[in-house]
Amino acid sequence: MTGVEMLIIVIKTVIVVSVFMLHVMYAQYFERKVIAHMQARLGPMRVGWHGILQPIADSLKLFLKEDIIPSSADRPIFYVAPIIGVIAALSSLAVIPLWEGLGVANLNIGILYILALSSVGSYCVILGGWASNSKYSFLGGLRSSAQVISYEIAMGLSLVGVMMMAGSANLSDIVKAQSGHWFIWYQPLACFVFVMSAIAETNRAPFDLTEAETELVAGFATEYSGMRWALFFMAEYAGMFIMTALGTICFLGGWNGPDFWIFAYVPKIVWLVLKIYGCIFIYFWIRATLPRYRYDQLMSIGWKIFIPLSLANIVVTGLVKIIWK
Amino acid sequence: MSTPQVLFAYFAVAMTILSLLVVTRRNPVHSVLWMLVLFIHIAALYLFLNAEFIAAIQIIIYAGAILVLFLFVIMLLNLRKEETEKRFQKQWLYSIAISVLFVFFLVLIVGNITVIPPPGPYTADVIKSEGHIMTVGKVLYSEFLLPFEIASLILLVAIIGAVVLAKKRIE
Repeated sequence: MTGVEMLIIVIKTVIVVSVFMLHVMYAQYFERKVIAHMQARLGPMRVGWHGILQPIADSLKLFLKEDIIPSSADRPIFYVAPIIGVIAALSSLAVIPLWEGLGVANLNIGILYILALSSVGSYCVILGGWASNSKYSFLGGLRSSAQVISYEIAMGLSLVGVMMMAGSANLSDIVKAQSGHWFIWYQPLACFVFVMSAIAETNRAPFDLTEAETELVAGFATEYSGMRWALFFMAEYAGMFIMTALGTICFLGGWNGPDFWIFAYVPKIVWLVLKIYGCIFIYFWIRATLPRYRYDQLMSIGWKIFIPLSLANIVVTGLVKIIWK
Repeated sequence: MSTPQVLFAYFAVAMTILSLLVVTRRNPVHSVLWMLVLFIHIAALYLFLNAEFIAAIQIIIYAGAILVLFLFVIMLLNLRKEETEKRFQKQWLYSIAISVLFVFFLVLIVGNITVIPPPGPYTADVIKSEGHIMTVGKVLYSEFLLPFEIASLILLVAIIGAVVLAKKRIE
């Protein structure tokens, strides 16, 4: 690999990561506004026009806040835990194809790469919870470890159907295979299981038992403050973006969009971003609508409903593929 | 030395040090974390062999599932006492002597035999053009179907055993 190629990769990475961080920052503003309007409130209004500068004010505040570390915490792990989460989420960004040939890397095992990193990312919650040496954090971390293991299986199995349809685990190939019909029409069951597991995997409502504030104060993040807490926050939102991007690519046709009239002139990346924001909106919508699950309910629907459903989906997809060939 | 050699040297040295860290840490959670770093190094080594699928599986299965279960169990056990007690028994001297002897004979034997196996049909170029998942899948479900099925049966037995053990506790 020559120096120029290396430089191009570095520039690509810097651009993608910085644009992505901006989106992550504003996703939180988007969430506050969406949930506020669903509850007949206004949400942030003070900083800038309709509170548009609120995320910047928030990040400034978190940067300048005192960083408190509990005296009985396991310091090295307490430091490392939030960083693992952010690194895992940002590295998965590398394989997301934004457009035909536009993306940092084009891996043959794109789906597996994202699944692997999302399982590494779960360490941030588990370790953060353990290292804080507080019972609330610890319970949050324990819940997370069991939850993530269970739902990873369902998520991996639900994506097998997509890989079978596309004949590849490469995300660009999967998008190309959907230039006619999106996979959501062929794999509605897998899509449903994927959406549910994605919510559980990113620890969002109604499966946010790791930080259930009614029982656990703030769960794994109870002892964190200032910048370190912000890193957890960033990892969570970045994880949401990665999961919605993966869902969009696997079920909603990725960058494919309408090809007629003036729509043909729209850069395809716009469709991808629009679809991702649509999915993110669904995340917020679910959060504003549904109450939190109980932990045993969460585990039993994961093991007794989602995993058998996705296994059945694989068998049916395989049979149909053999019969229709 | 060329770049691959330098990288291999790094991984070999790092993996040895990491394995030592895993067995010498007092805190079991720290041991598990060093093991996580070790597994990531192993996965990177697989990538150098063009085995991208195995590398991804290494992370998903070992780092993502097995180590999380380790952590889960270690966190639930109360290990405060174990952390302060003396760790190694007196046998460690014998173990080291036997290991050194073993390595000595291994080097002696391997150094004298040069086996160059005939090149198989799956060269790096074939795997690159066909895709690693495709190659592994084809071989696994045709040539090695029987061992594969036997392995799955063994796992099934283990699952049933676990369920039976867990059921007894409840009654």
